Amino acid sequence: MKIGLFIPCYIDQFYPQVGIASLQLLEKMGCKVFFPLDQTCCGQPMANSGFAHLTETCNTLFIDHFKDVDYIVCPSGSCTLHIKEHLIDDGRPALADRVRHQVFELSEFFTDILKVEKLDAFFPYKVGFHSSCHGQRGLGVSSMSERMLPYFSKPESLLQKVKGIQLSTPNRSDECCGFGGTFCVFEEAVSVKMGKDRVMEHEANDVDYITAVDMSCLMHLEGILKRKGSKIKTIHLAEILNSK
Amino acid sequence: MGTVEHAKAAGRFIADEPRTNWHDETLWFVRQKRDHAASLLNGWEELRERASQIKNHVLSNLDQYLIQFEKNAIANGAIIHWAADAEEHNQIVHGIIKNAGVTRLVKSKSMLTEECHLNHFLSGQGIEVVDTDLGERIVQFRKEPPSHIVLPAIHLKKQDVSETFHEHLHTEKGNNDPNYLTGAARQHLRNEFIQSKVAITGVNFAVAETGGIVVCTNEGNADMGVHAAKIHIACMGIEKIIPKAGDLSVFLRLLARSATGQPITTYSSHFHRPDKEKQLHIVIVDNGRTQQLGRPDFRNSLKCIRCGACFNTCPVYRRSGGHSYHNAVAGPIGSILAPNIDMRKNADLPFASTLCGSCSNVCPVKIDIHDQLWKWRQILVKEGHVAMGKKIMMQSMAFLLSRPKLYRFAGKWGRKIMQSVPILVSNKLNPWYKQREMPEPPKQSFNEWYKQNKK
Ligand code: SF4
Repeated sequence: MKIGLFIPCYIDQFYPQVGIASLQLLEKMGCKVFFPLDQTCCGQPMANSGFAHLTETCNTLFIDHFKDVDYIVCPSGSCTLHIKEHLIDDGRPALADRVRHQVFELSEFFTDILKVEKLDAFFPYKVGFHSSCHGQRGLGVSSMSERMLPYFSKPESLLQKVKGIQLSTPNRSDECCGFGGTFCVFEEAVSVKMGKDRVMEHEANDVDYITAVDMSCLMHLEGILKRKGSKIKTIHLAEILNSK
Repeated sequence: MGTVEHAKAAGRFIADEPRTNWHDETLWFVRQKRDHAASLLNGWEELRERASQIKNHVLSNLDQYLIQFEKNAIANGAIIHWAADAEEHNQIVHGIIKNAGVTRLVKSKSMLTEECHLNHFLSGQGIEVVDTDLGERIVQFRKEPPSHIVLPAIHLKKQDVSETFHEHLHTEKGNNDPNYLTGAARQHLRNEFIQSKVAITGVNFAVAETGGIVVCTNEGNADMGVHAAKIHIACMGIEKIIPKAGDLSVFLRLLARSATGQPITTYSSHFHRPDKEKQLHIVIVDNGRTQQLGRPDFRNSLKCIRCGACFNTCPVYRRSGGHSYHNAVAGPIGSILAPNIDMRKNADLPFASTLCGSCSNVCPVKIDIHDQLWKWRQILVKEGHVAMGKKIMMQSMAFLLSRPKLYRFAGKWGRKIMQSVPILVSNKLNPWYKQREMPEPPKQSFNEWYKQNKK
């Protein structure tokens, strides 16, 4: 099974440790991982701002880089969702369609494809779980508080396999953190207020870390936590699953 | 953009943080009540699907159902009027009132007349409309538009109401007791009901099969107004049609549960025919709806039953208040309806969302609200309704991300610059930095690490 690792641009530039953890985890699980060096971005920042027509080259590059693998794995629910919903290539529609179906967010890949049952991980901290909207409501990695359907959570089921971890869920278990791509700067006031409210709930639970399947939510929450001088840190799910 | 943009108005709303918290928590409480009510009903998701299918079916056969409704309503003794737009709607309503020779009348439960700015129009003609639903009356006294389609005065606290009533109804200054205040409103409105010869109501459902209309209220004001008046004017959008009376068993179960968490509204009033020597006028309004019906990506926004659930769940709405949407219908659904009427004026609204998707999940008729927000963004940008700065930012970003070598080069130098001259990004001109720290740039990107360690 040949895996293509897709590391979104902001993770590549600002959070390399998340890429490293994802790669090491996949390798530990026996996957042959291929990392196309010329990858850039899924195109979401432009598309969600109304500029999907500017993402043509990003789409072409993405398909070129990942067309020869069995699965594409990405440690971001949001970027994965963007590819799944909006990757198009007018010249190669069938190929684009195949690629759209091959892309998986990391936690759903572990649960649904690799069917991971045991993890050799140790993380002796109290961890607050932030449910990232695009992973949850977009990809369906967990049930949603609005829908009257049975409960499940792929990322939390993985975290529960980590030794020493103490998981906590905020009262509003799946409210958006307010990042929202360029929303975070064009609607700065609302964005920050939403983030502050999420942070407050995790503070009330006295957690050491906040984790999520999306680094973009965490980057936003981290910015707020740091400005506050809070002792709570943020950490991507892959880093916890890869801890010893 | 002519009106104050959502982001700015929201910023002003949030400046009063305790009030924002209160607004957020009050609406979240309503959302939780909705969750609880929905969880008690077996087959909630199936019911939503059913409602969605009925509405889709209606939208595909709207012409026939409207004709069927008209025929049956006329046979029942109602008088039907058709209005192409808000202007015509207002003219029709004015004509009926003028004929009746009245200058003051009561109104209950109508978002459509808000959309058409009927009160304003009539007051220009020397006619005063008294809104009889408590929340509506409060905002009317204050000369404000409603901030929520179901809870029009949700942006106000009881202290605000007390002050307003003191000014207009001469209640005791400083008496904030809700019982006392509603008592005063009740007294005041009783007089209006008794004296009013004309009553305007909205319509929640118009049943094609029977020609009857259904109005759902909690305060019973639609009934009060209609029964006391000689003339009932019911105003409805063309999308309010449902095929059969039996379909009400689907919609009435969903509506109040989604709106407030009640199993059903206190009153579900069915009006079929006017009483002896009375008149029932039904004004059927298009006002942009057929245009929306003709947009394949947006037509199913017309399924909306105006329950307000998408408002209550929206984390942005809860923290920015209804007035920041500068449209009769605010919130997520307002943001996909408003650009249809005026793209330029409402170009900011589809961007007032993180696309979290919660709205689509609560919607009882399964409108893909957040996907439509995304689609409106594409159209608005293509039509040129976008700020130059944003356009340049996106073009540069696309340019960079389309060139792998340039991207890596820029990333490397960008991080270096952030490390050595942090003030270049960590300054007040950067909206990110205003209330958040920038991420700390690492020495190596993942790409660089990979090349060094793995290749
Ligand atoms: S869009 Fe859906 S949730 Fe929002 S008001 Fe309409 S019916 Fe209710």
